[in-house]
Amino acid sequence: MSYASIAKDGLWDNNVVFAQMLALCPTLAVTGSATNGLGMGLATTAVLLASNVLISAVRHLVSEEVRIPVYIVLIATLVTLVDMGLNAWAHELYKVLGLFIALIVVNCAILGRAESFASKSPVAESAADGLMMGLGFTAALVAIGGVREILGSGTLFANAHLLLGQSFAFLELTLIPEYRGYLLMILPPGGFLVVGFLLAGKRLLDRRLAARHAAAASLSLAPSP
Amino acid sequence: MNLDALRAKLSYQTLLLGSVVLLTSGALAVASRTTEADIQAAAARDLQASLAQVLPGQYDNDLLQDTILIAAPDGDTTVYRARRAGRVEAVVFQTEARGYAGPVVCIMGVTREGQLLGVRVLKHTETPGLGDKIEPAKSKWIHAFEGKSLADPATDKWAVKKDGGVFDQFAGATITPRAVVRAVRQGLELFAKEKPRMLGEEKEGQADASRNRGERASTREGQAVVVKPLARQQPRSAGGARSAGTGMYMEVHEDSEHRTPHKGTPTFYGLKPMKDRMRPDHARAVDL
Repeated sequence: MSYASIAKDGLWDNNVVFAQMLALCPTLAVTGSATNGLGMGLATTAVLLASNVLISAVRHLVSEEVRIPVYIVLIATLVTLVDMGLNAWAHELYKVLGLFIALIVVNCAILGRAESFASKSPVAESAADGLMMGLGFTAALVAIGGVREILGSGTLFANAHLLLGQSFAFLELTLIPEYRGYLLMILPPGGFLVVGFLLAGKRLLDRRLAARHAAAASLSLAPSP
Repeated sequence: MNLDALRAKLSYQTLLLGSVVLLTSGALAVASRTTEADIQAAAARDLQASLAQVLPGQYDNDLLQDTILIAAPDGDTTVYRARRAGRVEAVVFQTEARGYAGPVVCIMGVTREGQLLGVRVLKHTETPGLGDKIEPAKSKWIHAFEGKSLADPATDKWAVKKDGGVFDQFAGATITPRAVVRAVRQGLELFAKEKPRMLGEEKEGQADASRNRGERASTREGQAVVVKPLARQQPRSAGGARSAGTGMYMEVHEDSEHRTPHKGTPTFYGLKPMKDRMRPDHARAVDL
């Protein structure tokens, strides 16, 4: 499998949220704002990369019958290690991300990638897959969080400096000044609504693209006979 | 390949699972031991930082070491004492009340005269974008408490503006600021009651008597716990009430109901029997 197709798969074609429809629980839970979505996405990407590498490395040792418990134990251990390490040595970051890290354990996308890709592929490709799937997940969370935040509170990337440091304070925008907020969008129903509309939008775009490709193909075929 | 034949064996799988679990447990144990000291240090730094936020000024003792346990309505609370030249100048302690989505834990600094030095919210689960304006990073609201005391504003003005008090509420979120105001007021009342012990100035002869008083006070506070089930009801009633006006009306009732005890004289508590506090609560629980 080429790296280009791995990247395209992770970022768009087989996107964790918008194509595989996995990890909806953390997705709906944390995307009240774009900043939270970004934090959860980055933390998940790190764990996904590490778990893909680890599982790919031991794939020859693990037998078919006990693979699921082995993967689960490995992933849970990784998440716990990341949690403890961040708490001890990057405490400021931990205070922002701490809530998200525990949630990563229940992210079925990680087990899904272990099962469907890392357990069958060499280490380097598994690493690329983990990274791209993670980035695709991050992009989806930021998109959902961004839409909810704009509609819900009229801001974008509010409090990004808490996550990324003072130098990223320029990201914080107030798009609609004096906005009184639309509570529904910040509460869980808003998450369902936004995920639904974005999903429909992606499907529509994919269909248009496919139609255009088909048209282009028939055009290029037409003159040949 | 040899490994393939091996992998199909039951004993191999058992061994594999066992060794994976052993290895990961080992890794976790090692990681836990290496990070433990750093995590505790970070937690202590956090505590020190939050103490410093509600305790402006210079003190010459180690607050984390100079503590005393005081019986509060919701269990014992640790009081950190800040001294200058041996005399306790201010105390810091935690106080909590039920917010919209869970407990709101505040830390507050009080001078020996009973004036608030500062309040910070340590932990809460309020709605992002609405209730989280109690965090100083998101709004200046929490600074409104600085310099206030039980006498200023008057006891019945210790409420949000919607309830006739002096503190602002937020657009779309009244329960959260109400919970913080209640927590702070309860904290000040605790300070007023336990002042000699908190300041470490009770005389030897009085120690016994005051301990008794403390006990009586805490049984009396047993009634003040009445407030808690009431307050627990609030999020639920408020959940439906957020958008509708009618529910808010009920809330105000709840609040005025639970403000009354503070207006009454202490004997009021002693005389009112249990049914008084149980009945409305149960009725409400059934209603909801």
